[in-house]
Parts: sequence; C-alpha cells; structure tokens
Amino acid sequence: MLKITNIVKTFNPGTVNAKTALNGLNLELKDGDFVTVIGGNGAGKSTMLNAIAGVWKPDEGKIEIGGVDVTNMPEHKRAKFLGRVFQDPMKGTAPDMEIAENLSIAARRGKKRKLVWGIKRSEREEYKKLLATLELGLEDRLSSKVGLLSGGQRQAVTLLMATLQKPKLLLLDEHTAALDPKTAAKVLELTDRIVNENKLTTVMITHNMRDALTHGNRLIMMHEGRVVVDVEGEEKKKLTVEDLLGLFAKASGKEFSSDRAMLS
Amino acid sequence: MSLTVFLNSLPGAVAQGLIWGLMAIGVYISYKILDIADLTVDGSLCTGGCVCAILLVNGVPAWISLIIAFLAGALTGVVTGFLHTALGIPSILAGILTQLMLYSVNLLINEGKALRPVNRFSSKEILFSSNDKLMSIVIPLAIIVMVIIGLWLFFYTEFGLTLKSTGDNPDMSRAQGVNVNFNKVLGLAISNGIVALAGSLWVQFKGAADINDGKGAIVVGLAAIFIGLSVSLKIKPNFVVSLIGVVCGGVVYYIIYNLVILLGVKTDYLKMLSAVIVALFLAVPYIKSEYFGKKKHITKVSGNNRSGGNENA
Repeated sequence: MLKITNIVKTFNPGTVNAKTALNGLNLELKDGDFVTVIGGNGAGKSTMLNAIAGVWKPDEGKIEIGGVDVTNMPEHKRAKFLGRVFQDPMKGTAPDMEIAENLSIAARRGKKRKLVWGIKRSEREEYKKLLATLELGLEDRLSSKVGLLSGGQRQAVTLLMATLQKPKLLLLDEHTAALDPKTAAKVLELTDRIVNENKLTTVMITHNMRDALTHGNRLIMMHEGRVVVDVEGEEKKKLTVEDLLGLFAKASGKEFSSDRAMLS
Repeated sequence: MSLTVFLNSLPGAVAQGLIWGLMAIGVYISYKILDIADLTVDGSLCTGGCVCAILLVNGVPAWISLIIAFLAGALTGVVTGFLHTALGIPSILAGILTQLMLYSVNLLINEGKALRPVNRFSSKEILFSSNDKLMSIVIPLAIIVMVIIGLWLFFYTEFGLTLKSTGDNPDMSRAQGVNVNFNKVLGLAISNGIVALAGSLWVQFKGAADINDGKGAIVVGLAAIFIGLSVSLKIKPNFVVSLIGVVCGGVVYYIIYNLVILLGVKTDYLKMLSAVIVALFLAVPYIKSEYFGKKKHITKVSGNNRSGGNENA
C-alpha cells in the first residue's frame, strides 16, 4: 500500500543548522497494516509523515501509495489517498466553520468540487449518525462552529474527517499527545474502532511505548532518519517495554532517550 | 449647523456609504475570509473607475461598463494572487506592489489625465449621478443586493466552502485536498472585482474618474467592516448578516464623515479620521484582553509545545 524507497531529506542544507532528518529511509506497508512508530527526539517520525503527505519534496528517493508514484505530487493532490490527523488539535479543522461544513469538505476529498449546494440534507442525517458514534454529544451540534469544541472533540472530529472518504493510508501524528490522559484514551479507542471497521492501512506515531505495543499489528522504531527496529504479528504481541529498550540499544548503540517518551 | 442642513446631506451620505459599503464587501472577502490584508484595493478601486469612465466616454452602455470594470478589478486581484502564491511574495507586499503598478496603469487608462469627467453625457449614458438622489441610492442598493445574493450562493457551494476553509485553516484545507493557492488567487480576484465595481459606481456618482481615488480605500473598507460587524455579529453571526452589516457600516461611516465635514473640518484632514477609527477598532479588543480581561492565551499547540516544526521529528 505504501512503499518508501531510500528517502533523504536535509533541512537548511549548506548551513551550520543543516540537519539530515531522513537518511535513506525505507519502509513498505502491506494492505491493512496498522503500524505504530516510536523513536527518540529528532528520529524523523513526523518528518516521515510529512514526506508521505507531501508537505515538501524529499531530496532523494521515491514514495508510492497504492502503486502510484506520488514523489512529485503536490500536497493537495495526494490528499485523495490520505487521511491525516495532526498532533495539534487546532490544525485539522476549520474553527470558524460549522461541524457540518468541516465534514462536508472532508467528504469531498479527492473529488471534483462543484458549484452545487455544499451540504445536502441527506448528508446532515448521515453526519448526525456518524457523530453519534463518537459519543461526545456532537450529534446535536452540527451547526456549531468547530472553534467552540474542546481539543479532544476537535481531534475526534478530525479523525472522522480523515476517514469519511476511506483513505488508502491513514496518518496519525501523535494525535493524542496534546490531550489529557482520559480524552487521549477515548480518542485512541475511537481510532482502533474506526481503523478496524474500515480495515484502514495506518501509520500512528506515538510517544507512549505502551500504546505502541497495544495498538496495531506492527511496530517500527526510528533512529537518525531510519527504521532501526521492525517487528510484527506474534512477535510484536509478545514484546514488552523492556524488550523495546533493549532492541533500541542494540540497533542504535545508545540508550533510548526522549524528553517525552512515556515508558509505561 | 442646522438640523435641516444635516438632513439634506443625508441622501448623499447614504449613497456614498452604499458605494463604499459595496467596496467594503470586497475587502471583507480578502480580510475576513481569506485572512489577507490586501492593499491592492487602493489601486483596484481606481482601476474600476478609470475603466468604467473610458468605456462610458466611448459610448459603451453603462451596465456593460460595470461588468468590464468588475473583470478589470478581478484581473488586478489575479496579479496580486500570482505575486503572492506563485512567486512567494508576502501577501501584504504583493498587494502594495500591485497597487503601485496600478497607479501607472490607471493613469494610462485615464489617458494621462488626473481627472476624466463622465457627467457631460446625458443621464441616459450613466446609470445615475449625485444630482439624482433617489437613483443614486436605488442603483447601488440593487447592485449590492445582487452581489450579496451571488456571494451567498457561491460561498455555500461545495467549492465555495473550500474558499472559506482556505482562509480559516490552510493546513486543514490542504489535508482535505483543497488547492489553497488557487483559492487565494480566485478569492483575491472576486474581492478586487467587487472593489472595482464599487469604483465604477463611485465614478458615476462623482461624475469623474479621479486618479487619486482609492487612496486609503482599504482603511475605509476596514472601518466599514469593523463598524458593521460590531453590531451584526451580536445579532447573528452568519455570512449574509455579516455582509449586510458591512454595508451598513459603510453607510454609518459616511454619515459620520458628512457630519464632520458639516461641522467645518477640512476634507484634507479626514483621512486622519478614517485611520483613527480603524486603529481604535483594531486596538480596543487587544487592549481589553491584554490590560483588563483575564489573561486568555490562545493556545495554538496545547500540551506538548514543540518548536522547530517539521524538523523535530
């Protein structure tokens, strides 16, 4: 579903601040894979997602989504393949627009947007049902401005928007990191449900090792712009946090370090 | 000043207010919807007027002149949009550059004249003049109604909604497959088209295309927006009510403006008034929150705030 071949990306090249964020990254995902991504500071996790989403072009390498070479495709064009949820709950929704308007824009991702009425009446009913499944009481607030919602509610709506049009690939960039623990757990549970129901191929970055172990069928650990640990299936199920730390030390020759990683 | 003098001045003030209210709708689209302070309008207002004037002088029917003036204004918006999106020039500077270009262009259209009269023709050829108090209110009002209906229909289409989201949250828009750059150019085109349309009405009202018209137009437009929205947002915060509010803001602005003139203030000093009004409206919410209200930090990134963006993976 996703094939990343030898991606290199250096920020501020030729300056003292030059930083090679991705250094010959390779990754291949099968259809239906749910991969959790962990790694220390500056490991290249978010940079990888941005490369896939097309925020900028990589210096070298090739990215294919579902067999289509998207390496040079602008961000808004490859959006038709992708559902994205950002770490910042403010980033995924338009605050000054209604919940229904946000959803209707997302429902037309990758389709030709015409000069016909933006939200059909039947759509509103559908949105109501979908919002009800979030169990956040949003089903009666279709006409509320998204800016009035809490961070957790906005993140749940963003998740819904990302998956309204079934994406070939769902990209979750620490989407629960900015939420309080209870809300984070709720959004994660929702993520699991939506991913399983739609059998979505998913990449989820997390700073919580426990979450990385309990979610998905595959786990990768990144270090210095490359994948250094890649486990899946039964092998992943048996992993513990201690195992992970050991694997990391072996692969990188260092102790795992991160300001924010939660080990339990 | 007697009350009758003031009352007599009202129809003229309302007519001017409506024309500048229409212009403020254009500014609303760039400033409020696209979130761009577009200084092109200072030039495109005049472009609309000059284009309309040359067409009228050459016997083109007034309605057609208005439409062509609209298109000319839209083109100026495309230029600014191109400078901003394709060439990466900051939007405020892109607007200033286009504005400066337009000064030369407008002079060219006006055939080098600082002032080109249009009212020496019979009233058949222009839609209205300031002498006809009724028509100088009815015609701008009719055009405003058409523009508001048009915008209302457009901004609620599948496509129009993405124009709103482009200004509201470009990240979200791109992630949802919206071509943000195209939308910005289109939005600026619509905005400046409307401004130029107002310019073409202004020329007919004044009876001449003046190369200096439009100086400070953005400030008048913003004043109308702030005055209008300060009331309309309290009534109902929706698109159409906001646009009507903006037009009313223009009218209120011109009534105040007229009053100040009647009180004997020289017109040369009135630009100061416009600027002070806008500065006040921009400053008051800030002062309120910064010095009087509770400290309310707008948390762009709540929780783990990381600097460095993409680089910090």
